[in-house]
Amino acid sequence: MAASADIIDRCQHIFDDLHFRAARDWKAAVPGRFVVGYMPFYVPRELIHAAGGLPLGVLGGGDQLEVIHGDAYYQSYICRIPRSTLELAVTGRLDFVDAMLFPSTCDVIRNLSGMWKILFPKVRARYFDVPQNFSDHIGGTFYIHELTELRALLAELAAHAVTDDAIRASIALYNENRRLVRAVYALRARMPWQAPAAEVYLLMRAGMVLAVEEHNRMLDAYLEAAAAEKRPMRDNSRVVVTGAFCEQPPLNLIKSIELAGCYIVDDDFLLVNRWEKSDVPAEGDPIAALAGAYLHNSVNMAAKYEPDEERKGLHLVEAVRRTDAEGVIFACPSFCDPALLDRPMLQTVLARHNIPYIAFKYAENSGQMQPIREQAGTFADSIKLWSEP
Amino acid sequence: MSGSRTAEIVKEASMLKQKTMIAANYDLLAGAQATGRRVVSTFVPGNLNELIMCFDMVNNLPEINAIQNGMRKKSGPLIQEAEKRGHSEDVCAYVKADLGMIARGNIGPDGRALPPPDLLLLSYTGCFTFMKWFELLRQHYKCETAMLHVPYEGEGHATKAMIAYVVKQLREEVIPKLERASGTKFDIDRLRENLRESARAEEDFVWVLESAKHRPSPIDAYFGGVYYIGPIFTAFRGTADATDYYRLLRSEIAQRIEAGAGPITPDGKAHPERYRLVVEGPPSWPSFHEFWKMFYDEGAVVVASTYTKVGGLYDLGFRHDPDRPLESLAEYCLGCYTNRNLPSRIDLIEQYMADYQADGLLINSIKSCNSFSAGQLLMLREIERRTGKPAAFIETDLVDPRYFSPANVRNRLESYLQMIEQKRGAIAAAAA
Repeated sequence: MAASADIIDRCQHIFDDLHFRAARDWKAAVPGRFVVGYMPFYVPRELIHAAGGLPLGVLGGGDQLEVIHGDAYYQSYICRIPRSTLELAVTGRLDFVDAMLFPSTCDVIRNLSGMWKILFPKVRARYFDVPQNFSDHIGGTFYIHELTELRALLAELAAHAVTDDAIRASIALYNENRRLVRAVYALRARMPWQAPAAEVYLLMRAGMVLAVEEHNRMLDAYLEAAAAEKRPMRDNSRVVVTGAFCEQPPLNLIKSIELAGCYIVDDDFLLVNRWEKSDVPAEGDPIAALAGAYLHNSVNMAAKYEPDEERKGLHLVEAVRRTDAEGVIFACPSFCDPALLDRPMLQTVLARHNIPYIAFKYAENSGQMQPIREQAGTFADSIKLWSEP
Repeated sequence: MSGSRTAEIVKEASMLKQKTMIAANYDLLAGAQATGRRVVSTFVPGNLNELIMCFDMVNNLPEINAIQNGMRKKSGPLIQEAEKRGHSEDVCAYVKADLGMIARGNIGPDGRALPPPDLLLLSYTGCFTFMKWFELLRQHYKCETAMLHVPYEGEGHATKAMIAYVVKQLREEVIPKLERASGTKFDIDRLRENLRESARAEEDFVWVLESAKHRPSPIDAYFGGVYYIGPIFTAFRGTADATDYYRLLRSEIAQRIEAGAGPITPDGKAHPERYRLVVEGPPSWPSFHEFWKMFYDEGAVVVASTYTKVGGLYDLGFRHDPDRPLESLAEYCLGCYTNRNLPSRIDLIEQYMADYQADGLLINSIKSCNSFSAGQLLMLREIERRTGKPAAFIETDLVDPRYFSPANVRNRLESYLQMIEQKRGAIAAAAA
């Protein structure tokens, strides 16, 4: 049995590699393979897999990439993820990517889809729209059409049809992936000292680069190793981190929150791997199954409209209750419209439910963690000292 | 603006008419609770005024309130009020000006209280922030909200599936909610009549925009243009008043063409036309006149602008069509400028540069409007590459006065105009 440290070492290596060698190797191993990059927060990875492609999460350049070219495309008041993503592409780090998908996250990611078309005309760049109407015969019909168009694009890249059987098989594999991801999250919520947030994060980041089959084996191995190892339990406060669904926080920020005395028991860092709250049906019409899962069984977040005002923000309250958390940390990227516009509404709901919270902003390359540590530490202390039992 | 300067301003009949129209709409809003008129709040891009009129509802436009407050220099404290209440300094200043106004008693730009809406009609066209804005308003007002999701033209065109999606939402979500909120049954023939009226005004509106192809241009298509779009982008499209306004405006501009005259400015007539510019991006409203003056003092006339297309791209041929009422509304929403992908936006600017014989492109990049701003630096490069004409970049904000630095803007503008001169000199020297 592999030790959790060995598994996390490998994940760290994948995380640090801004040339995506694991994905390059996957592509080079079999002629005809192709890679489809996608940005946060969601794309139906099952379709890419069913076509024989590798879905590659492109999540910016983090704090290790020096952005030179990317800054020339963006004003100072625009978040960092598009500029570091362009930097990755302009410097050839994404030269093996055959297509890029830009989900309906915000206006910046939306416009980046058009920039990609101009700057990288050989790459198939597509804005991937999702419905904000959740009726099957309205938003569902539209979404089935979007999925059908994506399926056609993938068939072109694969040079063969993407069959229903192949999609159903991929759905089954991703169901397994989601089950394992949920199991890791459940383990962390139950015993956060056994699965520290930085480890869980690295484990999930590896799933953005590796083939799903390999990631499933990795998750399995981690669950087994983490359960077998005994690690010291600290008297930390339990918190949910929210607002970080697109531009990713530096790994040091995640570590700093835990070092400051907060166990992260839930987060929204990489929503794509648990977008659907339970299994997607692997029988019947697979496109309808993916559409139905999006409409009726996906998580709530800022880029998704909440039709019912009374439900607004309750997903966060439910996350607190489900994970036995004691507070919420709003960690939003600077200039992130969806997260920052959503934040006051969510804070109102938390206040109504007497759930304490704090808020700060970051950029993916934030280097100074002392203020974060102080803020998170004070929050942890205040929960311990002042919260009602 | 000082009282003495106000006295000098030339007011044409169309200006006075528009002022009366806007004041009348604010009268309706101020009196809504007393008269029992139902109120709908909605947005400019993708607005459904012809449909709203079918239900006799009064149209309240939070963007316009923010703009009006900005032009009256009232927006700064409102934005700070919203920030004090936890809204980030990073997000859209329109939203904060609106929320700050509500927090301070919802006193509208004309000094009278605005009524709470009976319906929030969230037309999600070309701007992600709209969705969050109306979620925020819904949390405050607890009123019914109709969401119209207009898909983005990511591939540069509207598909049949997109049109069908919007039409279905109109038919099954938006119209029933308008009926409920207003207590009035939907009459499609009334909608057709409103759309027919819109199309009449749209013809004259396009004529006005295209008049800038003349030399000298009789209009400023950005600073003047924001007045010209007023009726057709807001609560008046589909009304006889709007048709009359554009007919009147057209006749005034025809006279200017006849006389070889340039645009009317707040100081009267503009200086002789020396530079013809295309401008991308919204203006800065709190410093609107100061900003405009920097242009006309130098003889710089904007002959085409993209901001005047946020509420519809009529000059590309779109007209509301009474024979296909809901489909036509869907196509209108889909085709608004910021709902078009970046390559289409660049193609449009390139076309304007040629059609309007522009000397260059000026981008006014807005700090709090990512829908416009993200990608503008690539736009600048592409236009320079394709046209060989110089482009320039200035940065301001919609209604946040903290982000308008007059000296900086003036310096950049003057440097840019010098660059155009140099370019002209080089071309002339090469031709000699």
